Amino acid sequence: MATTTSRRRPTVSRPLLRRRARLLPVLPAVLLLLVFLAGPVLWAFHASFTNAALTGRNARSPGWVGLENYQRLFTDPVLPLSLALTVVFVAGSAIVGQNLLGLAIAILMRRARRPVAAVVGTAVVAAWVLPEIVAAFAAYAYFSRDGTLNQVLGSVGLGQPDWLYSFPMVAIMLANIWRGTAFSMLVYRAAIDDVPGEVTEAALMDGASGWQRLAYVTLPMIRGSIATNLMLITLQTLAVFTLIWVMTAGGPANASTTLPVLAYQEAFKFGDIGYGTAVASVLILIGLVFGAAYVRLLREPKQ
Amino acid sequence: MCISPRLGARSQKGQQPLIEWSIMRPRAFKITSLLAAAAIALTACSPAAPQAETKTLKVVYQKTDSFSALDSLFQSAKQEFEAAHQGVTVALEPVQANDDDYGTKLALALRSPSTAPDVFYEDTFKVRSDVDAGYLLKLDSHLEGWKDWEKFEEGAKAAGLGDDGGTYAVPLGTDTRAIWYNKKVLTAAGVSVPWEPRTWQDILDTARKIKASNPAVVPFNMYAGKATGEGTVMQSFYELLYGTGAELYDADAQRWVLGSQGFTDSLAFLKTLYDEKLAVSPAEALDANVWKKVFGEWLPQGKMAATVEGSYTPSFWQKGGSYEWPEYGQDMGVTAFPTQNGQAPGGVSMSGGWTLAVGAGTNDPQLAFDFLATALNQKNSLAFDIASSQIAVRKDVAADAAYQGANPFVKDVSKLVAVTHYRPATADYPRISAAVQEATEAVITGAKSPAQAAAEYDTAVKGIVGDAKTVVK
Repeated sequence: MATTTSRRRPTVSRPLLRRRARLLPVLPAVLLLLVFLAGPVLWAFHASFTNAALTGRNARSPGWVGLENYQRLFTDPVLPLSLALTVVFVAGSAIVGQNLLGLAIAILMRRARRPVAAVVGTAVVAAWVLPEIVAAFAAYAYFSRDGTLNQVLGSVGLGQPDWLYSFPMVAIMLANIWRGTAFSMLVYRAAIDDVPGEVTEAALMDGASGWQRLAYVTLPMIRGSIATNLMLITLQTLAVFTLIWVMTAGGPANASTTLPVLAYQEAFKFGDIGYGTAVASVLILIGLVFGAAYVRLLREPKQ
Repeated sequence: MCISPRLGARSQKGQQPLIEWSIMRPRAFKITSLLAAAAIALTACSPAAPQAETKTLKVVYQKTDSFSALDSLFQSAKQEFEAAHQGVTVALEPVQANDDDYGTKLALALRSPSTAPDVFYEDTFKVRSDVDAGYLLKLDSHLEGWKDWEKFEEGAKAAGLGDDGGTYAVPLGTDTRAIWYNKKVLTAAGVSVPWEPRTWQDILDTARKIKASNPAVVPFNMYAGKATGEGTVMQSFYELLYGTGAELYDADAQRWVLGSQGFTDSLAFLKTLYDEKLAVSPAEALDANVWKKVFGEWLPQGKMAATVEGSYTPSFWQKGGSYEWPEYGQDMGVTAFPTQNGQAPGGVSMSGGWTLAVGAGTNDPQLAFDFLATALNQKNSLAFDIASSQIAVRKDVAADAAYQGANPFVKDVSKLVAVTHYRPATADYPRISAAVQEATEAVITGAKSPAQAAAEYDTAVKGIVGDAKTVVK
């Protein structure tokens, strides 16, 4: 085998070959990613330049329309609204909500008594364990007009607004925080457990208060986990669809139409696959920007 | 997933050379071997070749917790068909979804020959655009040899026509829309029954009277907003629009009508209903499940006086329906929706209905058509029309005593066929319909005035079909 190799490609050195051979085990993973991830993304990107449709003449023979879908998209009055709602949803429910709440619970759980920590942990993780559709229905039942929340509010004599109608964004953001906090909590618990006790003790000896220890010791030491967690929950929240679709279906009057909901409506409700995939491509680009930002955050040299 | 013994065997054999090649030769070869591996995996995944002896017909249709009549029809047709055709298996694949989602799911299945059904349940207003898309098989040659075809009403046959004049689908039944009112609630408010409003003003007068006598009752509900989808236009807005003398689409000129006074008036009527709280609250109207409450709670419990709904309404209340209500025959009344000022023809209705169609890519067109014919024979059509309160499209079903006596309202709603309208079945229609729904939503939530919403609708339509395909009337 080796002789054949050296005869055919004398310039390739053995260590290089070995390095290449070492890549073999990842081939199946790369193949799967190419087929099931890169494939659909490229297909969607390609479709966004056509007038592909679910029905009608364009379903039979979709034609290349160049940038027409994007021109239409950027003059569509729904796009700025949808972009703003997406940003509010991601910033409010992921970056602030899930992230800070998850961190707070993780820190508090270290100080809590064991039974309390166990109960809180189970309650938080329960929402994460539920399949998305089940969680979405539970949230719908909770926030709907005759739902649990309004029954509780009514029993203590408070007003009973129609959450899904009057405050759709608040409702879906709270629902997303409820559902996703467990993930941040688990990541931060693992990260904080890894902070060496001696470092914290040293800070304690130096007279640092609890807040100071958190701000100057714990947080800098788990910086990597924070960035990883932020990246994962941001991308996850960008793509949230089922929760919103079940709770408000994007309404009322587009007041909760985030980009995934908009893409679905265009592609599947109106059968305009080309336009729907253009929306999806914009969503992918936004995800890329966020992803790149966090990767940068991860790579910056530690102080 | 596609785990077959073949896949396992090949990849074991393929593994050894794959490694050797990659070590021996660099990139180019690695890629080819990758592709080869992918090809092997993919071929192993493709469905097994059909065996010669047994044939399978795939049938796709809709089934929900409140709509199982079609499932019963296909179950019975399957038995009948399999008994008559040895070696043929009918694979029933009901889709549990609402109309919108069923349409999407069906269209996605039809896109690829490997998932396309042989026979399927198709909404009349999608027939033309799906013919355009090449999803439907032309049935003309099969219909010639089918003696039952002449038993179908001529008007109903039109529902299955494509743009080329050929027939691509066979109707199951049709429907009309009317005002359904609870006699007890009206009588309690001092309104004499039978109630026959002649104008829009009559509706408002009566609704205000009911509201004054009992504020807890919803006097007159009409759907609005995007949540109720086609229900918003079919059971509400179009009754208004077509009663003003305006229309949505000029079929002769093939142009969409913009800027009509009738459009603004119709929106203004909805605004009055919702502003004066004569209909349900906007929040309730924008819940996609509002119709379930109308049928299941408000009308039977006397909390709603009247609503506009389809001729299939009794199917929910009759025995075996999802909201059984034994007294509905005495308690409810039905009347035509009036025109704006009582102008001729004195009433308005909208019709839709569903058909059965054969997939263009079916392997055995004759067998698929034979199954369609079995499903739509007199016996099955009769059972289906009774169970789902459809208006019969077969003359021999319409003449059947069991059909005529199926519910107390068959005669009243069948009469409305004379004043009914159909939706423009073009490929752009779903988007236009969504623009109409959006206009109603903007008006009832107070986001826009009727004139603003109508202007916005005009802009939206121009954006969808282009200026050239619109006309201002």
